[in-house]
Amino acid sequence: MAAALINVPKRAKRGDVIEIKTLMSHIMETGFRHSTTGEPIPRDIITNFVCSYNGVEIFRADLYPAIAANPFITFFTVATESGKIEFKWTGDNGYSETASAAIAVE
Amino acid sequence: MNGAAITRALSAGALAISFTIIAASAAEMAPGERKSGYDFMTRDTQGMQDDDTVNPGMLWVLDGEALWNRKAGTAGKACADCHVDARTSMKGVAARYPAFDAARGRPLNLEQRVNLCRSERQQASVFRYESRELLALTAFIGRQSRGAVVEPPSDERLKPFIAAGREMFMQRQGQLNLSCANCHDDNWSKKLAGAVIPQAHPTGYPLYRLEWQGLGSLQRRLRNCLVGMRANAYDFGAPEYVDLELYLMTRARGMPVETPAVRP
Amino acid sequence: MNERNRITGTTRRQFLAAGVGVASILAVRPASATPEAMAAAIRQIVGGATVRPGKVKLDIPPLVENGNTVSLTVSVASPMTPDNHVTSIHVFNEKNPQPNVASFHLGPRAGRASVSTRIRLADSQTVIAIARMNDGSLWSDKIDVIVTLAACVEELI
Ligand code: HEC
Ligand code: HEC
Repeated sequence: MAAALINVPKRAKRGDVIEIKTLMSHIMETGFRHSTTGEPIPRDIITNFVCSYNGVEIFRADLYPAIAANPFITFFTVATESGKIEFKWTGDNGYSETASAAIAVE
Repeated sequence: MNGAAITRALSAGALAISFTIIAASAAEMAPGERKSGYDFMTRDTQGMQDDDTVNPGMLWVLDGEALWNRKAGTAGKACADCHVDARTSMKGVAARYPAFDAARGRPLNLEQRVNLCRSERQQASVFRYESRELLALTAFIGRQSRGAVVEPPSDERLKPFIAAGREMFMQRQGQLNLSCANCHDDNWSKKLAGAVIPQAHPTGYPLYRLEWQGLGSLQRRLRNCLVGMRANAYDFGAPEYVDLELYLMTRARGMPVETPAVRP
Repeated sequence: MNERNRITGTTRRQFLAAGVGVASILAVRPASATPEAMAAAIRQIVGGATVRPGKVKLDIPPLVENGNTVSLTVSVASPMTPDNHVTSIHVFNEKNPQPNVASFHLGPRAGRASVSTRIRLADSQTVIAIARMNDGSLWSDKIDVIVTLAACVEELI
């Protein structure tokens, strides 16, 4: 189970600047903590986030352990054409999740 | 604030208020005086709760919705196969739990009620307390009551359990010899080691606590306070907690459900 | 087996095991990143170029309730046209174990140069945001944050 919460307007006028909000389930274990027995708790974070609009990358983020659990990222883009906005989160231990949202631009 | 922080604050003498001179109060709070924990938070934290598109608790609600529709157990049934659309069937349900269960002769909280359907209706294994699944389902069910007012059942059979919960709330306990009421009835709105003491209303659970960096149940919150008081923290699911939950719900009667709330 | 265990179907043993799992994570204060470490991390991204104050606006609530989750917004004054736009925004902090917080890569298609996220702050400290423009110039803003409850302190349940 790993839900992502994506907020993209369903429709927009061509040229509108729209806000995209994303929340992804992830513990973001920093790698700087230790158990009582002194063993380090290994790092387990999302390191990369990419957003593409009809196949073209429009936004990218490199994340570090200082990003809070359940990473929240919002940004803007210009509504250019109808289609699909895709999201991809990748990280430690082969972590990879995707989500997408449709947008109608008139 | 976590339990350890409460203890630290108390033992370091960093208290702005002296608990030792305050007699355990028997006075109930007047309805007009009641405030949700929400009212004591910063604007920024309130904003996180107000907007579903930025509220991390909604991640669990989404997981809960998926689980609601997933077939499980030897019965091969999903919750949705019997309860259909949770938006109607579960509306207001969380606002009236814990509720009396005749078969067991005592109140059950929502977590136990869900697990009852898991074992008896789905014939599946029950979910562990604080497991992602149980939190997700109770968050999803609780979300269907958002805005509904807390309305504990007016069931005669609940009376002794409410009384037991109230006694536990008023009674001094633990190495620090504090009662819940010392903080939450008599000293709410005062500061304790950086945190404002709220009135202890159970209206937002399960909720996303920034301290936990995740969702947690009301029982987890109660354990945090008990540990802070250096009192006996019961096992999850203990009847003592359910009684206390029940008392907190009667104390919050008429307040709106906020699930999934956000707290510091 | 008492009644409650029958209801939940979970044994006391399991509960204890679960409890120990949580409790074994201890509040350990790791070595902090230093102002020098932050300067080094910044150098790695900007090279030898000068970073000027201005154009960038870093927003963090003045008082933070819990360092585990701190809202942060960086906005840059830019028309975001093909000729004049922000190409990246970098956020650093001086007292977390590692100075890097996040880097965001954007372009004229953003329409507006503004990003928000939530970060962890282990202590009261200075946070810096730096924006790189397409002409190579670098701009920054910094803010001092007071944290009442630090991040990374796992409660002992
Ligand atoms: C020493 C003071 C103190 C005592 C004693 C205490 N608490 Fe608390 N409690 C707090 C503080 C402080 C918070 C808020 C923590 C925070 O937000 O960081 C809190 C939070 C809560 C909440 C969460 C309210 C919300 O808005 O979600 C509940 C419920 C609660 N306490 C119940 C209890 C119960 C039941 C007891 C007795 C078993 C108890 N507390 C004893 C100080 C105390
Ligand atoms: C085979 C049918 C069936 C399935 C599957 C089922 N339930 Fe139920 N559930 C019932 C019935 C019947 C009742 C009410 C009668 C009772 O007390 O047992 C009930 C009661 C409840 C209640 C209490 C409602 C109230 O108004 O007090 C909740 C909450 C609940 N179920 C949640 C769930 C969840 C969550 C699932 C999936 C994990 C689920 N149920 C699966 C049949 C089912």
